[in-house]
Amino acid sequence: MDHYTTATLRVNGQDLRVVFPTHHTLLEVLREECGLTGTKHGCELGECGTCTVLVDGEPVLSCLALTAEMEGRSIETVEGLQDGNELHPLQAAFADLGAAQCGYCTPGMLMAAKALLAENDDPSAAEIRTALAGNLCRCTGYHKIVEAVEWAAGVARGEADAGPAREVLFGASVPGEGS
Amino acid sequence: MTPPRSGQVIAPDQAPPASAPGSTQEDDLRVVGTPFRRVDGWAKVTGQTRFADDLTFPRMVHMRLVRSTLPHAFIRGIDTSKAEEMPGVVGVLTGKDMPEPFGVLPVSQDEHALCLEKVRFVGDPVVAVAALTEDQAADACSAVTIEYEPLATISSVDEAIETSEPLIHDYGDEGNLHKKISLQFGAVDDGFAQADEIFEDVMFYEGSTHLPMEQHAAVAVPEGGGRITLYTSTQTPHYVHKVLATVLGMPASRVRVIACSVGGGFGGKSDIFSHEIVAAKMALVTGRPVKICLNREEVFYCHRGRHPVLMHLRTGFTKDGAMVAQHLKTALDGGAYGSYGVASTYYTGALQTVTYGLPRYRFDSIRAFTNKPPCGPKRGHATVQPRFALEVHLDKAAQRLGIDPADLRLNNLLPPDSITANYLKVGTIGLGACIQAVVDGSGWRERFQSLPHGRGLGLACGSYLTGAGLPIHWNHLPQSAVQLKLDRMGTVAAYCGEAEIGQGSDSVLAACVAEVLGIGLDDVLLCVGDTGLTPVDLGSYSSRVTLMVGRAAIQAAERARDRLAEAVAEKLDVPADRLVFAESRVFDSGNPENGMPFAEAVQRAEEKFGALATTGSYAPPRAPGRYRGSGVGPSPTYSYSASVIEVEVDPETGLYRVEHVWIAHDIGRAINPVLTIGQVEGSVYMGLGEAMMEEQVFRRLPKNRSNALVHKVPSMLEYKSPTFHEMPPVTTYLIEDPDPEGPFGAKEVGQGPLLPIMPALANAIFDAVGVRIDQVPIGPHMIRKAVEDKAAGGDGRYGPKAFPDIDFGVPLMVPTPDEGGDGRATNSEEAGVRKGSGTMADGVRKDSKP
Ligand code: FES
Ligand code: FES
Repeated sequence: MDHYTTATLRVNGQDLRVVFPTHHTLLEVLREECGLTGTKHGCELGECGTCTVLVDGEPVLSCLALTAEMEGRSIETVEGLQDGNELHPLQAAFADLGAAQCGYCTPGMLMAAKALLAENDDPSAAEIRTALAGNLCRCTGYHKIVEAVEWAAGVARGEADAGPAREVLFGASVPGEGS
Repeated sequence: MTPPRSGQVIAPDQAPPASAPGSTQEDDLRVVGTPFRRVDGWAKVTGQTRFADDLTFPRMVHMRLVRSTLPHAFIRGIDTSKAEEMPGVVGVLTGKDMPEPFGVLPVSQDEHALCLEKVRFVGDPVVAVAALTEDQAADACSAVTIEYEPLATISSVDEAIETSEPLIHDYGDEGNLHKKISLQFGAVDDGFAQADEIFEDVMFYEGSTHLPMEQHAAVAVPEGGGRITLYTSTQTPHYVHKVLATVLGMPASRVRVIACSVGGGFGGKSDIFSHEIVAAKMALVTGRPVKICLNREEVFYCHRGRHPVLMHLRTGFTKDGAMVAQHLKTALDGGAYGSYGVASTYYTGALQTVTYGLPRYRFDSIRAFTNKPPCGPKRGHATVQPRFALEVHLDKAAQRLGIDPADLRLNNLLPPDSITANYLKVGTIGLGACIQAVVDGSGWRERFQSLPHGRGLGLACGSYLTGAGLPIHWNHLPQSAVQLKLDRMGTVAAYCGEAEIGQGSDSVLAACVAEVLGIGLDDVLLCVGDTGLTPVDLGSYSSRVTLMVGRAAIQAAERARDRLAEAVAEKLDVPADRLVFAESRVFDSGNPENGMPFAEAVQRAEEKFGALATTGSYAPPRAPGRYRGSGVGPSPTYSYSASVIEVEVDPETGLYRVEHVWIAHDIGRAINPVLTIGQVEGSVYMGLGEAMMEEQVFRRLPKNRSNALVHKVPSMLEYKSPTFHEMPPVTTYLIEDPDPEGPFGAKEVGQGPLLPIMPALANAIFDAVGVRIDQVPIGPHMIRKAVEDKAAGGDGRYGPKAFPDIDFGVPLMVPTPDEGGDGRATNSEEAGVRKGSGTMADGVRKDSKP
C-alpha cells in the first residue's frame, strides 16, 4: 500500500516539491511534509472547519482534499497571512478582541474570513456568520469573531475610525449607573 | 492598527479598597482593567502557537491504541504476535507492562494505563502499538486480536441500583454504587413543619461532553540520565506528573511534564489519560520520542464530561417566598471509572446554599458505575445540574406564590459575609446587582408575562467557586506559586506552573506582574506549565487560576518591588514609600523628574543585594466546615451571575429560537475586560449548547450483533453543538465591586456565567407557552408534547417522573451555625463513614502525599 506521489505545491506563494503517501490529504502534507503546523485539525472528517485553507482563493477543508490533486493550484495557509512581521488586519483584530481564546479554531476562521473579505469588503454581521458557519469554535461564543472580522474589514477599507464599540471591550453600561 | 491597549479603565473613579491585594492607596491601575491584547495573541493568530500535535522530534515514532469493542468483559487473551511483525512496528505494550493502578483522586485509584483483566466500556484502551508512521501503527493495531468473555452490561443508574453482580469495580459503597452520601445540616424536619408551602420537583440533566476543538495529543521524549519529558495537552501538568512517576515507577525528579497550549479544555483535559502514560512508557521502552494524537472518536471515549444527573428537590417556603428547608437528592451516572466522580458527587449538593438564604438543608446522593466512558468535570463541574433544578424550582415556586421571580430572588439573597448551613464562608456577593442589571436591561418589569403567546422571558441565577479551597492531595502546601527573575536589562521572567488553556491565564500572570512593577506587559517573559522548571500551580480547574496565580504573582512582584525600592531610595535619597513604579520607571512621587528607568533600578538593587529573584505563593484561607465532605465547596470567594433569556417558541411544532441573552457577572474586577467578556460569552454559548442540543448518549447494537452499549454519536457532525447561526445576541454586564480576596479584587469568570443559562431558557419557555420542561437538553418534541398534554387538561409538563427509591441510611448530622454548631458532625460514628466509603479498600494511597 506504500504508494508515493511527488508533486510541486504552490503554498503561500512559494513552490514546494514534496513526496508524500498518495492517499494523504492536503492537511497531512501541509503539516507533515511542508512543516506548516499552523493549519489545525479537529476531526479529519470534514465536520469542524478547523483545517480550512484557501485553494485558489476558495476556502477548502484540507482534511478532505487529496494532495495529489493540488498540483498547480495556489494554496494559502495561516502562515501566509502576515506581511513580513506585520499582522494582517484580521490577525490583529482577532488578537486584540480575544477572538482567539485557545486559538485552535483560529487559523481556519482566519482563512475563511479572508476569503469572505476578498469577495465582500463590507460584510454585514449576518453575512459574516453565514460565511463562517462551517467553522466550529468551542471557546468564544462566536461574537468576538464576528466583531473582529467587522473591525478588520473596516481597517482594510482604510476607515480611520474603524474599531470596536465600547461595549465590545468593556461590556454594556450597567443600567442605572449612567456612563 | 494599534491594539486597544490604552483603553480607559472601566470605572476610573472607583479605586479598589486598600484591602484588595495588589492595590495601593494612590492606586492608578495602568494595565489591570484595560482591554489589552492577550500576551499569547500574536502567536495564536499567526499559527505559531505550538499545540502538542504540532511538535516533532528526531527519530519520533507514532503510537495508536487498540480499544475495547465491548462494554463489559473479561480479557481472556491478547495476541500481538502478528502486529509485532508488521512493517515499521517498533513497540507493543499491554496492561501488564504498566500494572500500577492510578486515578486523579487518591480515593479512586481504579484505572490502568491499559486494561489488565477487564474492559469496562467501549473505547477502554487495551493494547498500544508504536511504528515509524501513524499509518503503520494503525495497520498493526488491526492485526491485534483480543479474546473477551462478555459480562452483563450496566447501562444506567437504575440498572446499577438493581444489579449488584457483576461488579464493574471491586470497590465502592454498595454494589455498583461508587459513592453514597447523606448529609443533614440542621433540623430539616422542623424547617418543613414551619413552611407555608412545600414544593417538589424531579428533574433530569443529560450528560454532555467538552468537545474541545483540539483532539488530545501527547509526545513523550526520553532524555539522558534516565529522564523522560512528556509534552501534552493538559490542564493539570502537576497531577499528570505525579501519576506518571507513580505508574512508571520512577522518581518524580526524573519525570518532567510540559503543558502545551491547550486547544480547548473546559475540564476535559484535567484528568490523567491512558495515552499520556502509555506514550511515556513506550518512549522508555523504545528509546525514541513517541507521539500520539487521538482521533475524534477517541476524544468522545476519553470524555470525563458532564454527569447525567437525576434530581429530586423538595423545598419548604414561607408565603413571601423565603426558603425554610430543602431536601435535595441527586443520582449521578458516573460511567466506568472514578475520575473526579467523588468530588462531582459532593458538588451536586455543595453550592445550593450560597445564593439565597437556606437555614436547613439535607443532601443525599449516589454515583453509579456504568459501562460508559467515565464522567468527570465539565465547566461548572457538577454544580450545573442542581443549579438548573433549583432555578427552575424557584421559578415554579414564584409562580405558585404569586411573586415575581426576580423579587423572590432579590428578597432572599444570602447576605454578604455569611456562613451557610453547610459551612461555606461567603464573602462578597454581587448577585443583587447582577439581577438588577439583567432585569433593567431586558425590560423585565414591563415585559415578563406580558409578551404575546409564543414569546417569553426567563430569569435565573448562579454562583461558582473562585478556586477550590482544598487541594486534591490533602496537604498544607501553597496551591500556587510564582518565581520572578529580574534581569539587569529590565526583563522580568515569571515562572509558574499554570496551564494556559485559552482562558487567558498567561495574560493574568503577566498583567499582575507588570502592574505591580510598573513595567509593560512585553517586559514580562513567561515560563509556564513546566513541572521541571516552574513552581507548582495545581492547574486550570475550579476557576482557581486568576485568583491563586494572581495572588502569588502579586506577592512575588511586591517582594521584588520592595527590594528595588530599597536600593533606589538609597540612590535617590528619598524615602522608599514615596517611590512610584510606573511607565517602566521608578521615581519620587513628590518630584517625578527625580527617578530612573526600571532597568537601572534593577541594576542598583543587584549591586546592593546580588542577583535578584523573588517568590510568591498562595494558599486559600481555611474553611469552617469540619465534617466529612466539607472539603468540597469552600472557596476563597464566590462569583455570581444572573441572566434573562428571551425566547420565541412555536407552540405547534415546539421549535424555538433564543432571541437574546442578557447576562450580568459579578467579576469583582476585570483584569482585562475584553477577555472577561469573552469568557462570559463563551460560557453563555456552552450553556446554550447544553440547554438546547448537546448530549453524550448511548445505544445498544442489535442483539444479533454484539448487543454492546455504544456511544450513539461519537462524531462532531452527530454530536450537535451550536454554530454561528444558533448563537443569539448577548448583552454582557460586568459588575465590578473588588473582592478583598481577589488579585486587584478579581473573581473568576471562566465557569460561573454558564450556570444561569439552562434554567433561564427553561423558565423563558414557560413564560412563552406555559409548559414546564424539567430536563435538558430541551428538544422541540418535548415542548410539543407538553403543549399537547396541557391542551388535553394535563399539567403541561415534560420531564422525569420519579426518583429511585434509595436507602441513604442515617445522614451525617451537622448542626448549622445558627443552631450553635461548630462545623462538626454530631454522629460521625454511626453515619457517613461506611465500609469503603467510596474509596479503595486500602484507603488513601501512600502516594497521596505531595
Ligand atoms: S479537520 Fe475537521 S473539517 Fe477538516
Ligand atoms: S478559540 Fe478555542 S475553539 Fe475557537
